[in-house]
Amino acid sequence: MTDRAPARRRAPRLLRRSALAQLVLARLRAFFREPSTVFWSFGFPILLTIALGIAFRARPPEPVRAAVLAGPGAERVRAALAADRGVVAEILPEAAARAALRTGRAAIVVVPGDPPTYRSDPTRPESRLARAAVDDLLQRAAGRPDAFSAADARVTEPGARYVDFLVPGLLGMNVMSAGMWGIGWVIVEDRQKKLLKRMVATPMRRSEWLLAFVLVRLVFLLIEVPVLVGFAMLAFEVPMRGSWLALAAMAVLGALAFSGLGLLVASRARNTQTVGGLINLVMMPMFIVSGVFFSSANFPPALQPIIRALPLTALNDALRAVMNEGAGLAALWPEAALLAGVAAASFALALRFFRWV
Amino acid sequence: MSDLAIRCRGLVKRYPPDVTAVDGLDLEVRRGECFGLLGPNGAGKTTTVEILEGLLAPTGGEVEILGARWDRDAADLRARIGITLQETHLPERLTVEEIVRLFRSFYPRGRGEDEVIGLVSLGEKRRARYDRLSGGQKQRLAVACALVGEPELLFLDEPTTGLDPQSRRQLWDVVDDLRRQGRTVLLTTHYMDEAERLCDRVAIVDRGRVIALGTPRELIHRVVGQEVVEFEAPDGVLEAELRALPGVEAVRRAGAGWALTVDRLHLAIPALLARLEARGVALSALSTHRATLEDVFVSLTGRRLRD
Ligand SMILES: Nc1ncnc2c1ncn2[C@@H]1O[C@H](COP(=O)(O)OP(=O)(O)OP(=O)(O)O)[C@@H](O)[C@H]1O
Ligand SMILES: [Mg+2]
Repeated sequence: MTDRAPARRRAPRLLRRSALAQLVLARLRAFFREPSTVFWSFGFPILLTIALGIAFRARPPEPVRAAVLAGPGAERVRAALAADRGVVAEILPEAAARAALRTGRAAIVVVPGDPPTYRSDPTRPESRLARAAVDDLLQRAAGRPDAFSAADARVTEPGARYVDFLVPGLLGMNVMSAGMWGIGWVIVEDRQKKLLKRMVATPMRRSEWLLAFVLVRLVFLLIEVPVLVGFAMLAFEVPMRGSWLALAAMAVLGALAFSGLGLLVASRARNTQTVGGLINLVMMPMFIVSGVFFSSANFPPALQPIIRALPLTALNDALRAVMNEGAGLAALWPEAALLAGVAAASFALALRFFRWV
Repeated sequence: MSDLAIRCRGLVKRYPPDVTAVDGLDLEVRRGECFGLLGPNGAGKTTTVEILEGLLAPTGGEVEILGARWDRDAADLRARIGITLQETHLPERLTVEEIVRLFRSFYPRGRGEDEVIGLVSLGEKRRARYDRLSGGQKQRLAVACALVGEPELLFLDEPTTGLDPQSRRQLWDVVDDLRRQGRTVLLTTHYMDEAERLCDRVAIVDRGRVIALGTPRELIHRVVGQEVVEFEAPDGVLEAELRALPGVEAVRRAGAGWALTVDRLHLAIPALLARLEARGVALSALSTHRATLEDVFVSLTGRRLRD
């Protein structure tokens, strides 16, 4: 045997002979040598931020669309409305006016007369808006004086836009799916391929094998959080009002909670189809109700206690509180406690039932 | 310290509802011995080996490995044995060197990575990723991982299935080396030549039991005799006639013809030919070979090892 080893550069002995270090390295290598997992972990959240950030970017307000029924006095009404640049008015015959109202091309139809008649659908917000604007313009044109002239202070502040709401939610979602897939799926894959059995046949400490997964999650968090938040800050001026430390602490707790849940769904499953189904079963409800894309306040009050108890709700609320409101760790203890509790309970349960061979 | 590396009594493994994979199996493997488990598909070899490796709980029976027991001394035993599973995938995206280093890191003491990689002749593939190795190279890597902790006792479940002849011989050398160092090897195989070449003793397993045990030569001699004569001839030969020929020990049908086990070929062949000629029967094929473990198996069970 020719041993050319001494000529090659070698990792320090400590690293070479530490099972934990080797296990962590093995997972990191496996991850970074698989382009698609790298994309789903880092690229996808950024693409989603870009797409949604553009779709919901701040735009000038929509003009009020009004139709004026053709007939005597119609032109005068149209001119009075067109005096405001925020109103688009057109004169239409009866049938066309009805169609315009029905299809939403017009939010209101004004029938000229003394007094004029407004046809609109009060259940549509834009109709109510249009009625107020049209009425105001016609009253003034008819000679009504303003009681006072208010001053306008225009405010469109970062932190109140959709993208500001979205980014912490995407971060939470990413922490969840990375934990569930990155641990749950990978463990079951190892079990299905009998790699777990092979490892368990060595003197390897099982605790180290598990710890390696958690450490790897934390390493990825160290990349994911700055990349996603940094990108959102640069590209969309999403605010970061709280401290990075608070954000990191909540992200770590979230990662631990979802690592625990990932371990739990993987504890018995023998094949990846089963665990894939379980992961979706656990994640799907949280995607919807835990306030990733829209506020969880939209769900009825009866559901709120359940929604509040979900780990993703706690994580999203906490991340939002830090980024949008500048909350400190002291204010976040309920969310922190919930996430820590989920982590502890799921790890304990998972280890109790874990199928090692 | 017991001089047995493996001792098991009354081993039973049932899979509900109706599979009995191992059915009361006894085994004693001495230290320093290379022991072979032979048997057809589904005989219960892998199940037995995995129970001995502490990876599968038996339904019944006792197991003692290197004088220790899995329920008490698992942590200690793990460091003293090395295994290859019949079927494993190692981490796909790691290189040969990285995988061996990973396994080495689990053991408190053992051989260097380069040394074991050299032992299985994967030096050139040291930097190649697992998913780009050929089937036989993967298997050799699995053996390297089994060797890296310098095990006192090595379990190899079909280590040479799918290897080319050269790699097989290389692996035989590895096993010979281990034996010279006084280590114990338990292997399963379907290759009779391999068992005869490597094993001090073999057990033939069928339907979860040991049906024959001994050195390969002993078994062959005891069960089949020295030589096997196979011939084909049109009907017209009587079994009783063949049995009465000098030097013939046993007679059985083999395909379209007959197989005779014979201890003195120089008497049996002329007598057989004379008998056939006297009957006016023309031979359509005749062959003889030295009896092998395959013949042992066939005569014990009436079935072939690999169908
Ligand atoms: N998990 C299981 N559930 C049910 N039956 C099983 C299970 N594992 C093995 N068996 C059955 O137990 C029997 C013995 O299987 P085993 O794998 O031990 O055979 P083997 O001798 O190693 O065969 P081969 O030469 O094909 O590797 C087979 O009939 C198999 O179908
Ligand atoms: Mg087998």
